[in-house]
Amino acid sequence: MEYYLNFNLVWRHSARLWWGLALSIELAAISILIGCVIGFALAVVYGGKSVILRKLVTAYVEFVRNVPLLLLIYLVFYGIPSAGGFAYGATESFVATLSLYAGAYLVEVFRAGLDAVPKGARDAAKAIGLTPWGQLAHVRFPIMLRIVLPSLSNAFISLFKDTSLASVIAVPELTYGANWIKTNTFRAVEVWMIVGPLYLVTGYVILVALRGLEQLLIRDRRR
Amino acid sequence: MSDTFAFVVGTLPFLWQGLLMTLFVSLIVVICSLLLGLLVGVAFAYASWWLTLPLRAASDILRGTPLLVVIFSIYYLLPFVGFNLQPLPAFLLALTLFKTAHVGEIARGAIQSIAKGQTDAGKAIGLTFPQRLLYVIFPQAVRRFLPPWINSVTDAVKGSSLISLVGVVDLMLAAQQVIGRTYEPLPIYLLAAAMYFVINYCLSVLSRRLEARYAYIRE
Repeated sequence: MEYYLNFNLVWRHSARLWWGLALSIELAAISILIGCVIGFALAVVYGGKSVILRKLVTAYVEFVRNVPLLLLIYLVFYGIPSAGGFAYGATESFVATLSLYAGAYLVEVFRAGLDAVPKGARDAAKAIGLTPWGQLAHVRFPIMLRIVLPSLSNAFISLFKDTSLASVIAVPELTYGANWIKTNTFRAVEVWMIVGPLYLVTGYVILVALRGLEQLLIRDRRR
Repeated sequence: MSDTFAFVVGTLPFLWQGLLMTLFVSLIVVICSLLLGLLVGVAFAYASWWLTLPLRAASDILRGTPLLVVIFSIYYLLPFVGFNLQPLPAFLLALTLFKTAHVGEIARGAIQSIAKGQTDAGKAIGLTFPQRLLYVIFPQAVRRFLPPWINSVTDAVKGSSLISLVGVVDLMLAAQQVIGRTYEPLPIYLLAAAMYFVINYCLSVLSRRLEARYAYIRE
C-alpha cells in the first residue's frame, strides 16, 4: 500500500497548532509562577520549627512525586468536583494541577537553595539586627534566587513538555490541536511529523533564552 | 462511610488486572532500557564523538520531546515506514526508547565520574577493555548510578500510565472503566493513586537507603 504525504490539510488547520503552542507556553508559565510561590512558601515552612508542618509538607511532596501526573489531572478535573458538587473549566483545572505538581518539585529546589546560602551571609544578616523576615527577604531570598535560577529554567522546560498531557481533558494546547487535526483530516503521519519537532525546537529556544536571562540577571547582581 | 469502603473493596478485582498490566509494562521497560541504556552510556563515555553522533542526536530528541508526543509519533509513524504494531508493543517500544535515553545519560555520568587514574591503572596491569569495565569501572560507578536510576524507574512506572491513552487496560484505564460504570470518580482515583504511591514510595525509600549506604565513601 502506498501512502502519499499531504501537508495541505495540516497547513489549512495550522492555526490550531500555533495557538496550541502559545497556550502550552502560557500554561507552563502560569504554572511555574504559582508553583514557585507554593514551593518557596513550603520550603520556608519546612525550614521552620514545627514538626507537624514539616511532616505535612513531606506528605504533599511525596504524594505528588509518586503518582503519575495523568492521574493527578484526572483526580483534580473529575474526582474533586464530583465530591464537592461544583465544576470548573478544563484549563483552570489543569493550571491548578500543574501548579501543585510544580510546587511539589520546587519545594526541594528552594529547600536546597536556602540551605546553600553561605553561613557567613546568614550570620551577617543576624549581626546587623535584621528581623527573621528581614533576613529572609533581604539576604537569604536574593542569594537563593541566584543559586536556583538554572533549576527553575529546567523546571520550566519540563513543565512545558508536561503540558502535552492537558490534551486528555480537552485543553486546546498543542497536543490537543494535533489530535484534533488527526481525527478530522486523518493525516496522522503528517501531523506528528510536525508536532514532535515543534516541541523540540520550542523547548530548545526557551532553554537558550532562559540561559541568556540567567547570565543577564547574575551579571546585573554582581556589578 | 462503610458503604464507600465496601464499594471500594468491591472494585478491587477489576483494578487488579490493570495493576498487573502496569507492573508488566514497567518491568519490561525497566529491564530493556537498563540493558540498552548501559550500552549507550558506555558508547557515550568511550566512543569518539563522530561515532556516537547519531546516538547523541536520538538521545537529545527523545529527551527534548514530551513522552506523550514520542508515544503518538511512534504509534502513527511506524506504519508509515512499514511496521504495523499493536498498541502494546508500540507503546513498549516508545517508552523503552524514551527511558533508554535517560538511562544512557545516567550511565555516562556515572562512568565519567570515575577518576582517569583508575583506567590507567587497569591498563598498566594488562586488563583488556571489557575487563577494565567489568572489574574496575563498573563496581565503582554503580554507586553513582543506582540512586538516579531508581528515580528513573519510578518515572517509568508513572510513564506507564500513558499506555491507557492508546487503549491498553492498565491500572489507569481500569480505574477509568470502573468509574465509567459506577460514576464514583473520587474514591476510585484515590485508590489508584494509593496503588501507584505504594509502588513508587517503596522504590524511593530503596533509593534513599542505597544513597545512605554509599554515603561513607569519599574521594
